[in-house]
Amino acid sequence: MSTMTLDASARTEAAQAELLGVESVAHSAEVRKTVGRPFIEIAKLRMRDVNVCYGEIQAIHSVSLDIGCNEVVAMIGPSGCGKSTFLRCLNRMNDTIEGCRVEGELSLDGEPIYGPKVDVVPLRARVGMVFQKPNPFPKSIYENVAYGPKIHGIASRRAELDEIVENSLHRAGLWNEVKDRLNKPGTGLSGGQQQRLCIARAIAVSPEVILMDEPCSALDPIATARIEELIDELRANYTIAIVTHSMQQAARVSQRTAYFHLGHLVEVNDTETVFTNPEHELTEAYITGRFG
Amino acid sequence: MEMHFDQHISRQFNEDLEGIKTEMLEMGGMVARQVADAVDALSNADSQLAEKVLRIEDEIDRSEMALDEHATLIIAKRQPAASDLRMVMSVTRIARDLERIGDEACKVAKMAIALTDEGTSPRGYTEIRHIANAVRRMLNDALDAYTRFDVASALRTLAEDEQVDMDYRTAVRELVTYMMEDPRSISRVINVLWTLRSLERIGDHAKNICEQVVYLVEGADIRHGHEKNLRKP
Repeated sequence: MSTMTLDASARTEAAQAELLGVESVAHSAEVRKTVGRPFIEIAKLRMRDVNVCYGEIQAIHSVSLDIGCNEVVAMIGPSGCGKSTFLRCLNRMNDTIEGCRVEGELSLDGEPIYGPKVDVVPLRARVGMVFQKPNPFPKSIYENVAYGPKIHGIASRRAELDEIVENSLHRAGLWNEVKDRLNKPGTGLSGGQQQRLCIARAIAVSPEVILMDEPCSALDPIATARIEELIDELRANYTIAIVTHSMQQAARVSQRTAYFHLGHLVEVNDTETVFTNPEHELTEAYITGRFG
Repeated sequence: MEMHFDQHISRQFNEDLEGIKTEMLEMGGMVARQVADAVDALSNADSQLAEKVLRIEDEIDRSEMALDEHATLIIAKRQPAASDLRMVMSVTRIARDLERIGDEACKVAKMAIALTDEGTSPRGYTEIRHIANAVRRMLNDALDAYTRFDVASALRTLAEDEQVDMDYRTAVRELVTYMMEDPRSISRVINVLWTLRSLERIGDHAKNICEQVVYLVEGADIRHGHEKNLRKP
């Protein structure tokens, strides 16, 4: 209850500062308002004043952010800063966590993500997810990719499925490596291949948005480079939000970077700006490895 | 934003960055001394001092190479970002300017030797002293502004280059008139002109150093007349 009041007063302050044209937080270590460019003209995903609580603990404080089409937005920040929690709100993965409460406006193409009538199954087909550890199903490579289209009723005939599987594996850059062993178990692939298989599985259901939660942290540099290359190719067709602990990765793959700190969204800016001349001193401290 | 290069979680990183900054400032001190000596050698017809200026040249070249190597290692090992990255970039750019200032100082020293051999010519020396004093001050102020991360001082120093350029053009016009009046003086006056040219170039390099102070502190690239890139002066 008390956090609610605090947030309301913070919002009022922010509104007042905006009215007065005061950039009150740009150079202070305190976070009241996100600096930089959190909003864009045409948003695919639109989030406003999002608060997330795990029971009594508030994990996300009034975060507002737009993510656009054909854009990769990287979310960075120290462990426990709320970046993964925020990412998981975007396809309601937090619903499965007991005591987790999400407030605020979250919409996909203008439609609310948390509306009472929203069915999460088609939502998660539209907003796919790739996790930190590659988690292929204990099935064949083919079945891993074909599973989604089957349960979502995207394809029923074998020929259609074959086409989707081949297409998805192509797009994930895995086809040439697995085309001769589609019936072998997915778990038999290398870590990097498994992760690309998970990406193929995610794109097989033709999502519009792909969420990636540290997709390369369990991979070697070569597999990482492949995934990063893939992210850049996928950008042409999808909206991508990626949480990463590797700042170099954020710098390489994203167009905008969002820096989270203790549940607040401190700064969102063009990636170039964030890594050469960030606006907020907390961002600067984090990306340069200083004591925050 | 305040500049702190001693607050990294990695102490070694603090030391690396502090190290290249110190190396660059030491090189700056050496070059400033070289310019002062070259001008003194010329004013006092002291060819021994001029020879000393020429001997230091090697040392300055070596400093530039060492600094470049250390900066490259920091990039390879630390992947610096934001102000750290700007620090590394600015230090290497300034090192290049300092090395060139050293080259110009050597040219002045060579002229000092040539002019001493020919016997002193008072014509043009007043201008040389005047411009030399101005660019020496600019160089010292520029390095000082870098040490203190002082953008205001860098911008003030940078603006002085315009006056140096103007004084240089005036001096050239006067010396050309003088050569037309007395063609026998041509070869000697040309030496004076080259010296003035070198000093004027030193002013340009000092200006470049000031631009790097602005880049380091504000992240704005104001080179080549792009002052508008600096949002808040």
